[in-house]
Amino acid sequence: MPILQTIGLEKRFGGILAAQNVNLAVEPGARHALIGPNGAGKTTVINLLTGVLRPSGGRIELEGRDITGLLPHQRVRLGMARTFQINQLFLDLTPLESIGLVVSERLGSGTDWWRLVGTKAAVTNEIAEIVERFHLADVMHEPTAILPYGKQRLLEIALAFACRPRLLLLDEPAAGVPEAERHELLATIAALPKDVTVLLIEHDMDLVFSFAQRISVLVNGALFVDGAPDEVARDPRVKAVYLGEELAANS
Amino acid sequence: MNTRADDVALYLKRRARWSPFEIAFWIFAFATIWLFPGKYLILKDTAILALFALSLDLILGYAGIISLGQAAFFGLAGYFSGLVAKYGLITEPVIALICAGVVAAALGFVTSFLVLRGSDLTRLMVTLGVSLMLGELANRYSNITGGADGLQGVEIEPIFGRFRFDLFGHNGYVYCLVVLFICFVMARRIIYSPFGLSLRSIKGNTLRASAIGIPVKWRLVSIYTVAAGFAGIAGALLTQTTAFCSLDVFSLERSADLLLVLIIGGTGYLYGGLIGAVIYKFLQDWIANLTPQYWQFWIGLVLVVIVLIGRERMAGWIRTLRAVLARLGARLGPRSPALGSAGTEGH
Repeated sequence: MPILQTIGLEKRFGGILAAQNVNLAVEPGARHALIGPNGAGKTTVINLLTGVLRPSGGRIELEGRDITGLLPHQRVRLGMARTFQINQLFLDLTPLESIGLVVSERLGSGTDWWRLVGTKAAVTNEIAEIVERFHLADVMHEPTAILPYGKQRLLEIALAFACRPRLLLLDEPAAGVPEAERHELLATIAALPKDVTVLLIEHDMDLVFSFAQRISVLVNGALFVDGAPDEVARDPRVKAVYLGEELAANS
Repeated sequence: MNTRADDVALYLKRRARWSPFEIAFWIFAFATIWLFPGKYLILKDTAILALFALSLDLILGYAGIISLGQAAFFGLAGYFSGLVAKYGLITEPVIALICAGVVAAALGFVTSFLVLRGSDLTRLMVTLGVSLMLGELANRYSNITGGADGLQGVEIEPIFGRFRFDLFGHNGYVYCLVVLFICFVMARRIIYSPFGLSLRSIKGNTLRASAIGIPVKWRLVSIYTVAAGFAGIAGALLTQTTAFCSLDVFSLERSADLLLVLIIGGTGYLYGGLIGAVIYKFLQDWIANLTPQYWQFWIGLVLVVIVLIGRERMAGWIRTLRAVLARLGARLGPRSPALGSAGTEGH
């Protein structure tokens, strides 16, 4: 059974169909990429999956359970977390506080108003582990606002990872990261534990083809091609779409 | 790995530690009981205003909810505590105070759903509307509230049956100060708890807060309710220490003053309301002595100056001052060496 499945997913903004009849299946443990040219509806799809937008039609199932009507935070509790294309961080908190917040929330002390953050060993151990995994140890005391962009990008993923999702949605994780910091970021993404399923929404073809085992191509709000990377790479229709875009960009 | 976890625990605990500045602040606050025996009246009013401002800071400074209607809770609890004392329903002041806080919190809970949606402007209007409505209800049911004449014939029994509210206001002031301190400690615990952290995250980035599994709506409802309770306790303190309650507890001016206090003192660090209340009250007192009729002109001028200089810059000065003090403190009394390596010295 796929960990995530959409059935006839559709989103309409007035007269525009931003997503139509999207039938996406992500297998457990997969490294799955969702690609497509600009304006193909990738962000709309991720917003539908995470509950930021309500679909106009169709269903979303997480591990066989219908989550179409659930609120974003409820989906997180069921094991789906996401990152954002544009950083959505808590700028006046430090990475330590931000990650501590997520871990406390998940371990159910989010409503605990008397105990101080960091007095539970389970929480601090896990924060420490995440800080290490995402190479944030040397900046963990700095306010997030002043971190280098690459570190902010790592924190962006760390916050989602701290939700301990079984399905992690990465929305263009490498976008805008300068070359010098890129390697650390890509290595961290590659080293994500195998039991976490990753759905990657990406523009960067190098990252997609080095990372993904399966690729879905979205064009004009509809799934266009779905298959293994080499199949997709060979597919003349995909080439046409991307080549067409490049030709248009060059002209 | 273990040492990293220790680092993390140490740092997280350290951020909630009472700083020398805070300890000095409270020592001075309690010392005023002996330092200024002739000033109990204004000191008491300051303590009440500080508690009231603390309630607004909890929602404005930590959850980003702006309000022009905290007076609704202040007034409701004020009348509640006056009525229960007048009719002998709850005679012990501390119990009455707690009950008044609970009543105000209940109103806060009910009205919190109105402020969840919408922008700052709608929140201002909705909160203002609620307090106007309550004020008008109190006016309409003058057979209960005494209407424009105020609630007469309130007699407050001694605290715990022992400490009488004396004429000089000594016990009244001590009572207010102790209640302020207890409420402050509670607010401080809230701020440094996971719950408080989640509030700051909601204020910082609501979209992300919900994307990491925080039920934003219920957190806002919770803090609005708690803050209403604090505002209610402040209102009840006023009634209990004056043995009187009038319609102006609901006035717009009271809520607006509160915003002034927070503008003067700054939001989001708990002491803003306290420091703001002290400055506001003593400025008011001082100017009123100089020019009894035109004191509001000078308050207005101070406000304009503060806005022109910018709160950010003033906060910056305070931060610099604090950093200097912290450095001095670190030099005078070396704390555990482990803290140094876990802290900012590492890079």
